[in-house]
Amino acid sequence: MPHSLREAVSAFRRTPLLTLLSVVAVAFSLFVGALFGLTAHNIRRAIDRMEERVEVVAYLRDDATDDQLRLLQQEVRLIPEVASVRHVSKTEALATAVQEMEEFRDVFTDLEANPLPASLELRLKPGARDPDTVERVATGLASYPFVEDVRFGRDWLGKIVSLRRVAGGAAGIIGGAFAAVAAIVIATAVRIAVFARREEISIMRLVGATDGFVRRPFLLEGLISGLLGGLLAAGLAYTAFRVVDAVLIRIEWLPVPWVVAGVAAGAVFGFVSSAIAVRRHLREV
Amino acid sequence: MIRLAAVRKEYPRSGAALDDVSFHIRKGEFAFLTGHSGAGKSTILRLLLMAERPTSGEVRVSGFSSTNVRRREVPKLRRKLGVVFQDFRLLPDRSAEENVAFALEVTGAKRSTIAPRVGRLLAQVGLAAKARSLPDELSGGERQRVAIARALANDPVVLLADEPTGNLDAWAARGVFDLFREINAMGMTVLMATHDLDLVRAFPEYRVIELSRGTVVYDSAATPVPEPT
Repeated sequence: MPHSLREAVSAFRRTPLLTLLSVVAVAFSLFVGALFGLTAHNIRRAIDRMEERVEVVAYLRDDATDDQLRLLQQEVRLIPEVASVRHVSKTEALATAVQEMEEFRDVFTDLEANPLPASLELRLKPGARDPDTVERVATGLASYPFVEDVRFGRDWLGKIVSLRRVAGGAAGIIGGAFAAVAAIVIATAVRIAVFARREEISIMRLVGATDGFVRRPFLLEGLISGLLGGLLAAGLAYTAFRVVDAVLIRIEWLPVPWVVAGVAAGAVFGFVSSAIAVRRHLREV
Repeated sequence: MIRLAAVRKEYPRSGAALDDVSFHIRKGEFAFLTGHSGAGKSTILRLLLMAERPTSGEVRVSGFSSTNVRRREVPKLRRKLGVVFQDFRLLPDRSAEENVAFALEVTGAKRSTIAPRVGRLLAQVGLAAKARSLPDELSGGERQRVAIARALANDPVVLLADEPTGNLDAWAARGVFDLFREINAMGMTVLMATHDLDLVRAFPEYRVIELSRGTVVYDSAATPVPEPT
């Protein structure tokens, strides 16, 4: 085992309390960040689900021929933003209306002719559900002479956009604040741990250790503390997720890249904090 | 071996700690550096360790010059210097042998060579039986012996000592001083800063350089200091 790794490991043994302090500081800072991440992620998923319901409906004229309908379907499928196209015939439309509007059942069933138009229901791909794109697709559809009318939830879309903007802004600000607090807490804990060993650093320098030799065990130690803290935070956050999911509301666990990034952030914070703290002491001797 | 030429050291707040200090200590010499506390003894040791640079003048130690030594060369210099302090500066959570081994580990010595060398060093200072003891379990004199063993670990060319007997009772101090004499008798250059005038007077055969308020007021070596080459 190389000297620096041996020293890093034995530091955990020699100063278990300080090491524990660093690990716990990393863990709790990142845990708070993870809880926030969990909230932000689930709010985003909720908005995504709302947005998935965005559809553009083109109502067809009654005199539209089957050929025209086929042509329209073909052309609509070629639009890159379109995810799926569903044809709703007049009969289907009536059946749905009867089913969904029970109080008007008699009105619908007494009709001699079906007044409801056939339609094409378009769902758009994720990322193409913004008002501009939806408007553009809708305008394109409206230009067909056999399309009577095109509808999409214009107000609904606007609300989703502003909701997403508010949620994104809040996530950015609060998340940034959490990250800054985590960085400060971790840096302070690591600095205390390094400070406690300043005598060791000065003795190492006195007996002729190079800066790199002095630094390496501390960097490794910072990295390992950060990593352990990150893993502990991930464990705590997962436990919290399971509890909330089981007891309060159904939520989704964080995407794996987020978890990996969180643990990596712990390791990086630990490493960088150590580097800064040791640098300060290296300058002194 | 050690040469100071017209060395001046100023600190921004406290002013000049050393002024026009010149002396030359030859290989194998034993020299006391005396003077009141605050006379500049520790400043000279810090300059010799190249922990600081002089404001003007030149400090030369074993081929390294303060005028052109680079920060990354300083460790190489320090491996040629053994240093002993009044407060021992041992790592409290490591045994005597680990403290000595530490000085060898930092130089990247092979582990297989470290253990036998540490054993020999501790035997040389008379502490073979206490190799596993922690500093807290040792007396002051024993701790200083561990520090001396550590200072000798890398076969230095000079042994620098800053008040090495200052924290010791008379008996322990004598034992430690005798150890310095033995080490010097084997050919090592020794520079010992001390304000223990009884000790200095007891060994008139050794050179005395006396400092007062940052200047050399007495040097028992009558030889004038030659210009640095």
